[in-house]
Amino acid sequence: MKDAAPHRPTAPLAALERIRLQVMWNRLIAVVEEQAQTMIRTAFSTTVREAGDLSAGIFDLQGRMLAQAVTGTPGHVNSMAESVAHFLRAFPPETMLPGDHYITNDPWLATGHLHDLTVVTPAFRDGHLVALFANTAHVIDVGGLGMGPEGRSVFEEGLTIPIVKCFEQGRPNDTFFAFLRANSRTPAELEGDVYSLCACNEAGVRRLVAMMEEYGLDSIGPLAEAIFDASLKATLAEIARLPQGTWRAELTSDGYDEPIRLCAALSVREGAIEVDYAGTSPLASRGINVPPAYTRAYTCFGLKVVIAPEVPNNWASLLPFRITIPPGSILNAPRPYPVSVRHVIGQLLPDLMMGCLAQVVPERVAAEGSSSLWNPPLRGGPQVSGPRATCPDFEIITFNSGGTGARWAKDGLSACAFPSGVRTMPVEATENAAPIIIWRKELRPDSAGAGRTRGGFGQTMVIGAADDAEFAVNAIFDRVGNPPRGRFGGKDGAPGAVLRDDGVVLRTKGYQVIPAGRRLVLHLPGGGGMGDPRERDPALVARDVADGLISPEAAARDYGFVKDTA
Amino acid sequence: MSVRLAVDIGGTFTDFALETPTQSFTAKVLTTPTEPERAVLEGTVQILAQAGLSPDALDLVVHGTTLATNAIIERKGAKVAFLTTEGFRDVLAMGTESRYDQYDLQIDLPEPLVPRRLRLPVRERLDRAGRVLVPLDEEGVRALLPVLRAEEVEALAVGFLHAYINPCHEHRVREILRDVRPDLPVTLSSEVSPEMREYERFSTTVANAYVQPLMDRYLSRLEDGLRTLGVRAPLLMMLSSGGLCSVETARRFPVRLVESGPAGGAIFAAATAREAGLTRVLSYDMGGTTAKVCLVDDFRPRTARAFEVARVGRFKKGSGLPLRIPVVEMVEIGAGGGSIARVDSLGRIAVGPESAGADPGPACYGRGGTRPTVTDANLLLGRYDPDRFAGGRLALQADRAEAAMAGHVAEPQGIDVATAAVGVVEIVDEAMANAARVHAIEAGTALEGRTLIAFGGGGPVHAARVAEKIGIDEVLVPPGAGVGSAIGFLRAPVAYEVVRSLYQRLASLDVARINALFAEMRAEAEAIVAQGAPGRAEEEERLAFMRYVGQGHEIAVRLPNRPLNEADHATLRAAYDSAYAATYNRPVPGADIEILAFALRLVASADPPPPVRAAMSTAAAEPITRPVRDPVSGLVDPWTIYDRSALAVGAAIAGPAIIAEDETSTLVPLGWRARIDEHGYIRLTRGRKASP
Repeated sequence: MKDAAPHRPTAPLAALERIRLQVMWNRLIAVVEEQAQTMIRTAFSTTVREAGDLSAGIFDLQGRMLAQAVTGTPGHVNSMAESVAHFLRAFPPETMLPGDHYITNDPWLATGHLHDLTVVTPAFRDGHLVALFANTAHVIDVGGLGMGPEGRSVFEEGLTIPIVKCFEQGRPNDTFFAFLRANSRTPAELEGDVYSLCACNEAGVRRLVAMMEEYGLDSIGPLAEAIFDASLKATLAEIARLPQGTWRAELTSDGYDEPIRLCAALSVREGAIEVDYAGTSPLASRGINVPPAYTRAYTCFGLKVVIAPEVPNNWASLLPFRITIPPGSILNAPRPYPVSVRHVIGQLLPDLMMGCLAQVVPERVAAEGSSSLWNPPLRGGPQVSGPRATCPDFEIITFNSGGTGARWAKDGLSACAFPSGVRTMPVEATENAAPIIIWRKELRPDSAGAGRTRGGFGQTMVIGAADDAEFAVNAIFDRVGNPPRGRFGGKDGAPGAVLRDDGVVLRTKGYQVIPAGRRLVLHLPGGGGMGDPRERDPALVARDVADGLISPEAAARDYGFVKDTA
Repeated sequence: MSVRLAVDIGGTFTDFALETPTQSFTAKVLTTPTEPERAVLEGTVQILAQAGLSPDALDLVVHGTTLATNAIIERKGAKVAFLTTEGFRDVLAMGTESRYDQYDLQIDLPEPLVPRRLRLPVRERLDRAGRVLVPLDEEGVRALLPVLRAEEVEALAVGFLHAYINPCHEHRVREILRDVRPDLPVTLSSEVSPEMREYERFSTTVANAYVQPLMDRYLSRLEDGLRTLGVRAPLLMMLSSGGLCSVETARRFPVRLVESGPAGGAIFAAATAREAGLTRVLSYDMGGTTAKVCLVDDFRPRTARAFEVARVGRFKKGSGLPLRIPVVEMVEIGAGGGSIARVDSLGRIAVGPESAGADPGPACYGRGGTRPTVTDANLLLGRYDPDRFAGGRLALQADRAEAAMAGHVAEPQGIDVATAAVGVVEIVDEAMANAARVHAIEAGTALEGRTLIAFGGGGPVHAARVAEKIGIDEVLVPPGAGVGSAIGFLRAPVAYEVVRSLYQRLASLDVARINALFAEMRAEAEAIVAQGAPGRAEEEERLAFMRYVGQGHEIAVRLPNRPLNEADHATLRAAYDSAYAATYNRPVPGADIEILAFALRLVASADPPPPVRAAMSTAAAEPITRPVRDPVSGLVDPWTIYDRSALAVGAAIAGPAIIAEDETSTLVPLGWRARIDEHGYIRLTRGRKASP
């Protein structure tokens, strides 16, 4: 896109400086990417190293994010960014020393649940503090009830780490590490992860200092201003392309024990997009509540993928998105409400944003998708079965996704993680990590919402313990009572289902034991369709029928497709 | 030393290099995509004539080809059926269930090479220890035969869960099929890639089956053609890992040939490093559409166990089909001479990955290209003599470059054309530097203190600036950079690598089991190496892929070339800790260590390097000067222009200067010095404080 304003050629020296700032911006994005890659290479928790549930970024001394690694999950976007300001309040810049690393997992000071650790590290050049590096990663266990919705307050959900130094001038804080180890089911992994987070920030510090030396910089201030200026302008230019007005949408989540209504009013204004969640259901008694930083994170993501996907994430590019969350709503959980599985609700927010934006830019949104990850935490051994147990204690979680919503000109993606973007783990690796047998993990026929473009297919999983022993699942599944909806005449995706292999229906949320000899069956939702199915290219329907993904009956019912006429 | 011919089939040209004990020759002919052997035979005749040799004088022919890669990229392989464990027919379609670009709602994911209707479930199941949970349904396998016939399937792939630990069901399926359909080639996952992680293993298995019939037919035609020509020398094939194998092995595991061309380039750099005695090198190959960087330590390119082919999101990691095979590890980015520059929606200059290619090519080619490329920027900075580019075969048109740069970069940026050109080369150099940095961190090594070996048409032009950006002070530019891959083939050893998954805790090492595994691997590698290099002395390397218990990424740790004993426990711990500290400088105290897999690489000794090249002409032409703009200062100065062929061994040049030759130009910026060493290499060194 061309700049709208006409330019006169600037003086060569100023022009050269302009080029240098662009080159350094690229470098900064590479620096934070290197930071993220170091974490993936050194982390212990499967959630980080296999699934990529992490983020990494660089900040100026006012706590404004300059750049964020493209590797990472959107839930940490700007929730980590907000977090750095809290660190600066706890440890003002003048108290920071080289080799210090600060840490917290407080849901209200960081990224919304205790399983996310955030580490902040100051970067020094020639004895002067020049920047801060931060990263966030989802670890496997911090004690308490474990990952799941059952807690009634954050105190039941695990160990809270206030903002403290985990390393002081390069030396580990032994008291901190002793507390940490004593409060986890997986102490070695947790300690190793903290080491990994610190190594990751150190990699960022080294690269930043090298860049500043190369360019003879004493401060990143002018670079920060250039980045913020260009990013704000680009975001505003994209907003200016939209018509002004207010659009509303609603979406219903299954909730813990009763449905949750999510309501949004999205207003496009001069220089801003405002989102108001008035009308949204109140707080829940269990851990599906969403702290406000996490709400803002997935709201911004939903807006950004549609409105300004090319603008890199930083403080300025997120500025024009203004979000109002009524106190007392499930999207504005205060301490000490339980928040462990806030992703179940939070990951629906991009669908809600697209519900509003579908009325503005229909060709740029997707239909609703499965959206919330289907992550069954599985547990077995004496901690489930007591002395009757036939295997030692185990604890494992796998990440799985249903279908995404149809797009204007393309089908949705089958079994694909939107919006979280986290990867699944190989079945062979999971079975090597715990006495679990996954008997089926394949696409779920007839689950994609029909449409001119159809949704992505969900998947079906059948899981048992080795030797068909007793085990337990801490269910955190959504879109069972409320399937992903189609748009513009497209059909809904198939709702999810949680069962035993003998047909007994299970609750979608909460701790449940699968008795010996039985297996857990998960049908993950398909994505919603877009547009009238009768307008779909019959050749594409024929392909899906031949592939066994759409039954002949469904093809006839939804698409009016009969094989002989194709 | 013998008479050896190397042939590298690339997308546009098929390159040839011929070496005799006293001389070397090169040639290039246009690739003939539909029957690639035609260009091979044509060029062979040509280069033999050039050398005045008859076909039977050849002692060895080494060959690499992009045929397998192109078949996958263009989806022109065989119709394959994939037999897999019931309940898992969609492993290939579901992949990692993630999106390679978080912010792009419109991404496409790679289509599996086998459509769902040909991914055929078979009832059977093993557990993680290889024990049978569900016996193989042999009747079910036979029941699939009518489908194979009706669909006119040309090749079969078989992949069962946990087959890497117990291949019994896969073997049985092959037996059953061989009885009734002996005509169908069968690829087993337990043979082509016996490692844990079903998506990567199945993807590799299917890719092997997909290219097998095509490669088999091609190799037969090629062998016939060479024989008809009168060539009696054995034919060896270049592997993606940088080693060579026999044609028979290539027929069995054609997927191992997929990246053989780029591997040749890395071997070329490695051979150059050996001759120059450089133990820590970064190989840097920049052509028309892409740049490739590869780490070379102790004269060997770094290898990996996996890579991606046919990426649907251009150069985006995670957007291709994973192949789990030994491969020279390199990063390829869309940054070449033809890469197109533009201004993005944030008002920033962006370069590539879109390329003007050879047609229409850069604007300055005057063939209808109107968008500015890296080559245009280089021309505008004064780096090329418009009349000497590509040996004078193509007169460059500066006015076209200027118009393109003005319209697409300078005006949108509000800056002058010259500074716009600076911006384009700075952005593309930065992109290459960033790729090198990420490559180093992924490989767990540092770039500082390495020597950059630059080749390809663009490598020597950009090398010094890229080196500055990544903290490298030495650059080497070998001669013959235009056919680097083919020359590399001649330096490649006959080598084969076997990798096997075997889980071990360091605290409870099963030494007997490991030793037995190595014996098996040795036998497998020996059989293959002996085909390619009968009677040659062999060198062995043993590796363990280790990590702290609970981590996800392993570090390759060298093991002694002998059976292990109980006392080696401490040796391994020490080796791992020091390797980890070297990479991440924060070892985790007290953490236990686990081993995921073992590898054995067997290398037959390679031919010695050719004799030192004779000193070139000493008839020094008077150097001229030309105004050239420096991208760091933005200033124009007179740079001295030398002709490479006129520089004698020992010649020393202070920057700023350009050393021009037909296929490329070596830039010697201010603060750098150049010297022609005894091998005829250009050696650039930088005075540390000279650059900001």
